[in-house]
Amino acid sequence: MSGYIESQPLGRTSAKDDAAGNTQATGGTQSHRLRAGGLIDRQAPLGFTFDGKAMTGYAGDTLASALVANGVKLVARSFKYHRPRGIMTAGSEEPSALVEMRTGARREPNTRATTQELYDGLVANSQNRWPSLRRDFMAVNSLLSPIFVAGFYYKTFMWPAKFWEKIYEPMIRRAAGLGKSAEQPDPDHYDKAWAHCDVLVVGAGPTGLSAALAAGRTGARVIVVEEDTQLGGRLLGDGGEIDGMQAGEWVRRAETELEALPNVRVMKRTLLFGVYDGGTYGALERVNDHVPVPGPHQVRQRLWRIVARRSVVAAGSIERPIVFPGNDRPGVMMASAVRTYVNRFAALPGRQVALFTNNDDGWRTVEAIRRAGGEVSAVVDSRGQVPVDYQSVVKASGLRVLSGCVSDVKGGVDGVRGVVVTGADGRRQEVAADCLAVSGGWNPNVGLSCFHRGRPAWRDDIAAFVPGDCPPGMRMVGAAEGTFALGECLRDGHAAGVSAAVDCGFAEDAGSAAEAGDEGYAISPLWQVQAKGKAFVDFQHDVTASDVTLAQREGYESVEHLKRYTTLGMATDQGKTSNINGLAIMAATTGRSIPETGTTIYRSPYLPVAIGAFAGHNRDENFHAWRLAPSHYWAAARGAVFVDVGLWKRAQWYPQPGETDWLQSVSREVTTVRNGVGFCDVSTLGKVDVRGADAGTFLDRVYINAFSSLAVGKARYGLMLREDGIVMDDGTTSRLAEDHYFMTTTTAKAGPVMQHLEFCRQVLWPELDVQLSSATDQWAQFSIAGPRTRELLQALCDPAEDLSNEGFPFMGAREVKLRGGIKARLFRISFSGEMAFEISVPARFGNAMAENLMIAGKPFGVVPYGTEALSVMRIEKGHVAGPELNGTTTADDLGLGKMMSKKKDFIGRIMAGREALAAPDRQVVVGIKPLDRHRRLRSGAHVVPKGEKPGPDTDHGYVTSVCFSPTLNQWLGLGLVTRGRERFGEIVRIYDPLRSEDYEAEICSPVFYDPEGVRQRG
Amino acid sequence: MRIACPFCGEREVGEFSYLGDASPKRPRYTVDDGSDPAALEEAFYDYVYLRDNVAGTMREYWYHGGGCRSWLIAERDTRTHEFKSVQAASGAGASRAALPGE
Repeated sequence: MSGYIESQPLGRTSAKDDAAGNTQATGGTQSHRLRAGGLIDRQAPLGFTFDGKAMTGYAGDTLASALVANGVKLVARSFKYHRPRGIMTAGSEEPSALVEMRTGARREPNTRATTQELYDGLVANSQNRWPSLRRDFMAVNSLLSPIFVAGFYYKTFMWPAKFWEKIYEPMIRRAAGLGKSAEQPDPDHYDKAWAHCDVLVVGAGPTGLSAALAAGRTGARVIVVEEDTQLGGRLLGDGGEIDGMQAGEWVRRAETELEALPNVRVMKRTLLFGVYDGGTYGALERVNDHVPVPGPHQVRQRLWRIVARRSVVAAGSIERPIVFPGNDRPGVMMASAVRTYVNRFAALPGRQVALFTNNDDGWRTVEAIRRAGGEVSAVVDSRGQVPVDYQSVVKASGLRVLSGCVSDVKGGVDGVRGVVVTGADGRRQEVAADCLAVSGGWNPNVGLSCFHRGRPAWRDDIAAFVPGDCPPGMRMVGAAEGTFALGECLRDGHAAGVSAAVDCGFAEDAGSAAEAGDEGYAISPLWQVQAKGKAFVDFQHDVTASDVTLAQREGYESVEHLKRYTTLGMATDQGKTSNINGLAIMAATTGRSIPETGTTIYRSPYLPVAIGAFAGHNRDENFHAWRLAPSHYWAAARGAVFVDVGLWKRAQWYPQPGETDWLQSVSREVTTVRNGVGFCDVSTLGKVDVRGADAGTFLDRVYINAFSSLAVGKARYGLMLREDGIVMDDGTTSRLAEDHYFMTTTTAKAGPVMQHLEFCRQVLWPELDVQLSSATDQWAQFSIAGPRTRELLQALCDPAEDLSNEGFPFMGAREVKLRGGIKARLFRISFSGEMAFEISVPARFGNAMAENLMIAGKPFGVVPYGTEALSVMRIEKGHVAGPELNGTTTADDLGLGKMMSKKKDFIGRIMAGREALAAPDRQVVVGIKPLDRHRRLRSGAHVVPKGEKPGPDTDHGYVTSVCFSPTLNQWLGLGLVTRGRERFGEIVRIYDPLRSEDYEAEICSPVFYDPEGVRQRG
Repeated sequence: MRIACPFCGEREVGEFSYLGDASPKRPRYTVDDGSDPAALEEAFYDYVYLRDNVAGTMREYWYHGGGCRSWLIAERDTRTHEFKSVQAASGAGASRAALPGE
């Protein structure tokens, strides 16, 4: 890399002829590249294409600086009017130079050319034009502009309403807009990471570096985030002298010192985009946006959440445009951007530059252009006098200085040809120029200070908003605070760094602040030049000065209304260059002051952040973590089809060779269980170990039925309510010892029930001697069901275990020994209605247990069954599950009202007694059988009395769960039906307008199979 | 946002779940204590449903489900999300005194 600007061996200055001589003749396509200087590496040429045209640039370039070096002026078409646009800025505030980067799945629209680093092979295309950038058919919009004013869509496309979706919207979307996003999945990876520090320094310009050095020297943990690829901030474009050395040298030394401090981390290419509660900051690290494709195992971008005790935000300031006719033409550029292109990138934006300014800072551009060998054709200063510091320069060089304003810009798609200057006396004259540098003053970059409701405050002396109340722990400093003099920035940065470190308890010597001169900054605000022609306020959304005054005339005077009516500041740049001008014009129009007019709220993200970065690795199969049942791999090896149940993968059915349809497999599994034996992994049910002297009392209070009376060695079905009286969950709980219960919950509610139980234990009844532990992941539990279950278990268990009806009765629960000595828990409970046990072994034996069940059950024709067969059998048996425990049903609705104990308080008892929850006309669980045995019943269908017209008044409920019952050879359902238990035998209409179905069914008892319960007790 | 769990230290808010106002107390009763059923229902109605929408400091329940499974009571300013204190909620949630007339 070459040195900073001060050390450049620049050629002779000032003469126009020399300008061509100083730009490079040998740099291939780079007609506007200077021969020397800049922070580019001339030894590393890079090839790239823009709109298919091959060009070259150098390492260190941005796409924008490479385009400037190639003499490219026209880079984009505007959003609404398709006006030709060029590069306006040299930073992330760029409103105009948006391009489509890359191609195919990596295509990325609306990328700011000004922050896109150049790489070899870069492919960029202009956007929002057809057929080409130069000849854009839609530029006709510009001729029609009188009708495309603010509120145009609201006013024009009102009617007919049905035209909106088919005609208006597609038409508007084609005509207006920016780039196109990729249409394939993003092939790149994104990462998320956390970082913690004492002091976060945002921005590594002179202020930020000064703060980082001060805080770092005290020993505080410091993180410095810098959006750019290099440290230095405005010093990169403006140079200067610090501590008696050239600014570039100072920055290099600062970087070296920071790198040597083990407690300091400097993160380049990292944008701080948001400030969140409790000192948490969001940052985006663009890890690999500067290469064509990230390397193997590399991420494209990384989203950081940085937790900092204090932050020093040195976010700098943004130069603002002036609103005058033609201010959007390609070749009109911010004055500071011109300096940056010349000094940092050695690229000359124009050979004959005119400058239009209302402040002293703009004048610095004169020097930059001249040193690069360009000509300054005129300086137009609206203030009418030359700043003191420049008077000698003007005198010595014969610089043409005009008092007045630029009132028009001449030129075409290829850039500026000249500017029209109107003097204070109204006299117009034309000045030749191929580039117009504009400075309307500087806006402190207050955005980050506003993310916690902070409101910026107006400062008349700099004609800009400065930060108001910052979020807790944050301090804004330097240009971001409205301090523009270099020496003062260095001192303030140092003081802020020290103060942040002291706040964090670090008191070591922080050294002294670097020293530099305090150049003055005088400004006399000029927002808008009153002249005929289209004068742009918001370049990205094509909002003109007349749109702002139109909004005011139509009554949208508040800044928030102005914003929404004109879309000012609502584009991807969020109005970084336009908001203040817009509200200044509104203020002038309404006769209010700018602070009275106020400003809109800044919100995160500061710049657009790709959704991919927020998603990180959480996409596709990694969208969330998966929980695998203990026999998952065994089931997968048998070809099980899995279904997602919350975070779990559960085996849904196990297809066998020759089976072509899920129903075929499920029906076989059901039939085998009903006639032989089958098993199912039910480990996903929540399991809670409840221990302590008061465990029984505790369960009495959380369940509607009694558990303290449960005998040791027995299991009981329990139902728990929410405190509002609605059913929360159900399950079986067994008493393994006097002070030890083992609870199961549904799969879906395992987490919420645990949370609820902990609330009851810790908050409501801490006096009870009871402890809870979640044991869901500790046990592999299998349901073994069917008439041959006992035979299978006898083959599995130690022969000494008595599994007879007497030795192990229905609802028994105890520990058993398996053949081989492993201990297991055995529960004689049944969800299927068959003779059934659940067996529980430590989770690590899950796959082995499944295999052993197959071996032990082989003589009895055992099959594994999945959740579908499980569901079929529970519906046949009339057991309620998730579709019935749906957060609206009471115990009585489920037919379980009699379980509610009258002898004790329990959660939900009092509220369950409320009138409406005990009303006789509630919808309760019933069975539903279509009259046509072959008719497929579907969940969600409505139940309507026979002969009634379907409607809200005649809606008597709906079907909740359905299955095809191979046992009864027909479709069956459960439903919630008004007064359902009084209506067994009634024929009702099943009405399903979503699927256009309408047929008759019989309401019946929900227990379709073995209503006496003989089989499960057998 | 981060919450200083008294058992685990300062942790990210994603580890916690929120329940809301910690001031309502669950009325304590036994079925044979002679409580007026209507008063009991009224007391439970208050406990289950009635909440103040505080603009300012609020005592509220948080559950550290992604950590120690403790129920906590945090004092939080609802306007700024500033946490003023966080402590274990043990025993905070049931009271006889909440019954009307007592």
